[in-house]
Amino acid sequence: MRDNPVLRVVTKIIVPVIFLFALYVQFHGDYGPGGGFQAGVIFAAGLILYGLIFGTESIRCLISTRFLRALIAAGLLLFASVGFLPLLMGWNYLDYDALGQNPLSGQHLGIFLVELGVGITVAAVMVTIFVAFAGRRDS
Amino acid sequence: MILSQLPALQVTLPLIAAPLCLLVRSGRAAWGIALFASAASFAVAVLLLSRVLDQGTLSYEFGGWAAPWGIEYRVDIVNVFVLFVVTAITTVVLFFANDSVRKEVDASRQSLFYTVWLLCLTGLVGLVMTGDAFNLFVFLEISSLSSYVLIAFGKDRRALTASYQYLVMGTIGATFVLIGVGLLYMMTGTLNMADLADRLPAVMATRTVRAALAFLVVGISLKLALFPLHLWLPNAYAFAPSAVTAFLAATATKVAFYVLLRFLFTVFGVTFAFEAMPLGIILAVLGAAAILSTSAVAIFQDDIKRMLAYSSVAQIGYMVLGLSMASVAGLTASILHLFNHALMKGGLFLALGCMAYRLGSVRLGALAGAGYRMPWTMGAFLVGGLSLIGIPLTAGFLSKWYLVQAALGQGWWPVLVVVIVGSLLAVVYVWRVVEMAYLRRPNDSDASAVREAPLSLLLPTWFLIGANLYFGIHTRLSVGIAGKAAAVLMGQSQ
Repeated sequence: MRDNPVLRVVTKIIVPVIFLFALYVQFHGDYGPGGGFQAGVIFAAGLILYGLIFGTESIRCLISTRFLRALIAAGLLLFASVGFLPLLMGWNYLDYDALGQNPLSGQHLGIFLVELGVGITVAAVMVTIFVAFAGRRDS
Repeated sequence: MILSQLPALQVTLPLIAAPLCLLVRSGRAAWGIALFASAASFAVAVLLLSRVLDQGTLSYEFGGWAAPWGIEYRVDIVNVFVLFVVTAITTVVLFFANDSVRKEVDASRQSLFYTVWLLCLTGLVGLVMTGDAFNLFVFLEISSLSSYVLIAFGKDRRALTASYQYLVMGTIGATFVLIGVGLLYMMTGTLNMADLADRLPAVMATRTVRAALAFLVVGISLKLALFPLHLWLPNAYAFAPSAVTAFLAATATKVAFYVLLRFLFTVFGVTFAFEAMPLGIILAVLGAAAILSTSAVAIFQDDIKRMLAYSSVAQIGYMVLGLSMASVAGLTASILHLFNHALMKGGLFLALGCMAYRLGSVRLGALAGAGYRMPWTMGAFLVGGLSLIGIPLTAGFLSKWYLVQAALGQGWWPVLVVVIVGSLLAVVYVWRVVEMAYLRRPNDSDASAVREAPLSLLLPTWFLIGANLYFGIHTRLSVGIAGKAAAVLMGQSQ
């Protein structure tokens, strides 16, 4: 599909918009519809579209499999360690009240970080699955 | 402070260790992390056990949200005992896994293997701890998905179809559980198990609640591999890596059995499940059918792993038979057998892992004369087999003894016949292996090549086998706790 100029040009225009929209869904998820999972999927969709048009090799140039694997772990670790912070401060696991001056800001910060962890892991897993299936023929 | 956080640590320790395993590249480092995490969660389980014995039921509110709304972890004598078994088994089997896995899994995938192992442990431990019906479904999915992957790690390509078959059956089971939980939520508006138990009696007489019970029992029975729903199990156990078979055989079905106990006795209550609904007779018949039919099928297996897998289905039959009596004595026998079966199947599958390590195969033919070339391994298999049959002074005898006593106590004498016939069938299939190992001459061509398994494999194996002998004689811990757990489930105070 690399040879089709329409697809190539449209992809190059649309991929940054997809990424931007993913970030919007990620960070506005506290107030509107959205959140980490949806944002992760949208972000991965941008990368997967790029890979569909320019080949899986181009995704691998962008992000190595090893880095993707590290991202999967990092997202989960972020989630779990945010849960652990209150525990170290003498509160219950995942009690974000401990993270801020008052419960409102604590809960806000907690859910923000947790959703970020979810987003990172989901995006990395989606891309990993795509690369694993689409890249089968090459290896 | 740290003591009050134990229920959270129990689940989050393996959960945090799993991504750490993913980050390291070498299989050995990942193994170290996994072993450390499961040893730590075993320590937590022991602390929890001693606390529950001292203080009674513990409750933990996740995120500080109070019980009926938030997710509550409720630890009583029943689930702390299952926790103890699960974390002890995974720790012992991980000691074994280092050498065994290096031989059976590609070096590049070993760190992934331990990651998935820890996720599976997280799921199993969470299933046991949680007091929230929907949370239970989530952990059921975590443990199931990761066990499909663990099985697919098997060297044989047929491991993939076995894993796929399990995936299809397991997903149907999990969906049934979800439908059952959904129906309960529809009728009561709550997901907390204790709260459900309070609110259900008011709506007991509706068809929705009866349907919920049916969906839950069938769904859990699929995961439990209760007799007609067990067809995924033999292949899954036979083609998985040795360490995985030992781990799953000794933990996964036990946890599913615990979930069945929890729903029937805590959520629905004995009167509804066994008096308003004819569950007692259904489970008793299925349990007896499991014992007789799958023990008979086990006799005709050439692959010993498959043979023991069929025997596992039969052992689940004993547990369900005890449950179906819905009495303190019957439940004591069931919970005791849960513990003892984890010890004997864990030990036996580890012994098979030793054979696979040296002989490269666990087919009956490959074992000719193995009793002389691998005396310690075969000795372990022999003792484990005796416990499986139920010879006095082994753990297996005790659970059958209690089961028969419970059955006779309420006049169910056919159970006596079933147990005796089941044990005789076990004698036959264990004898086939013993005969091959001790009474046949080894094939001379490869006799010199085969040596005793390394100490790193033998020690964990004999640890579990030794536990079979220890708990066959010292019954205070196992029988005492099983009895208390049964009393709690039947609603009598501790």
